[in-house]
Amino acid sequence: MNCRRTLLEVSNYIDGDLDAALKQELEQHLKDCPECAIFVIQTKATVEIFCDSQPVDLPQDVRARLHEALKRKLANPGT
Amino acid sequence: MVCKEFPVFPESRYQGASSKLLADMGTSVHCATVISGCVAASSITFGASQNTALSTSRPHRLASTVVREDEPVLVAAAKSGDAAAFEELVNRYERKIFRLTMNITRNREDAEDAMQDAFMKAYSHLSGFQEDSRFYTWLVRIAANEALMRLRKRRPNQFSIDEPVEGEDDLMPREIEDWGPSPEQRFAQTELHGILDQVIDQLDPDFRTVFVLRDIEELSTEETAATLGISVPAVKSRLLRARLKLRQKLDRYMHDRKPN
Repeated sequence: MNCRRTLLEVSNYIDGDLDAALKQELEQHLKDCPECAIFVIQTKATVEIFCDSQPVDLPQDVRARLHEALKRKLANPGT
Repeated sequence: MVCKEFPVFPESRYQGASSKLLADMGTSVHCATVISGCVAASSITFGASQNTALSTSRPHRLASTVVREDEPVLVAAAKSGDAAAFEELVNRYERKIFRLTMNITRNREDAEDAMQDAFMKAYSHLSGFQEDSRFYTWLVRIAANEALMRLRKRRPNQFSIDEPVEGEDDLMPREIEDWGPSPEQRFAQTELHGILDQVIDQLDPDFRTVFVLRDIEELSTEETAATLGISVPAVKSRLLRARLKLRQKLDRYMHDRKPN
């Protein structure tokens, strides 16, 4: 395992998609290479920041138009 | 210790472990010191909790927090013609679906149209929903397709979902510096939202779409591949690039705002 390989596998690693042997190799590399350890932590943190971001507020006018269309649809399901 | 494998690493600096971030990951870096511009850490501990911290089947929130337990009941009622039940499903997911269509189209008008058409189509085709997946996942797939259709129409030259991805050389980090306090601690929530919005806006549409479906909407790799009509390896490759690019872009904000 080296730094380049770590970069290529970081996504599979944080998703838990690596096989046991490769995962062990990567984790050994992380113990030996603080830079890669920080890199993996930051990549995982990046995913989590976006994942945890709350949905944007639905603008009132957009919501009103959605529910008007919905009302029409529910009244005439065939349309 | 010198990092030989990333030739660009010697420029890097380490200004102290981000205690919260590392603690959150179940990881601790002890006695880190700067030697000749590179990091030396006498002990980096990836503790017993690392398997659940850094590498997990899903690194973030569980689907159970997205979908409430009564969803199947509402879906069954809506299928049998209960309009109020379908309205409740719309109320429940309208913000999330708008976020999805906004994230894919990056255009409010298109996002609104895609969201509206997605709910209308979901209602029209509700009888065909097999309930072998979550209703929300089914809805996300419909909405993603509506959004993609509009994105392709508006930006046909910028959307290259069927083309091979580039190499990864441009994503090799030039320097790795600890972020210090986490972005959530460092930025006010409104400011952080603005940053995330700008950062995701800069991603190419094909990478952004994969990232949105996998990491924000939590579709599986297979569901994402099926929704986009691409292979599982292509989803993984684009997800890797998307995540690396986002880290790289976020990194700039983190360095611009180092705490005193």
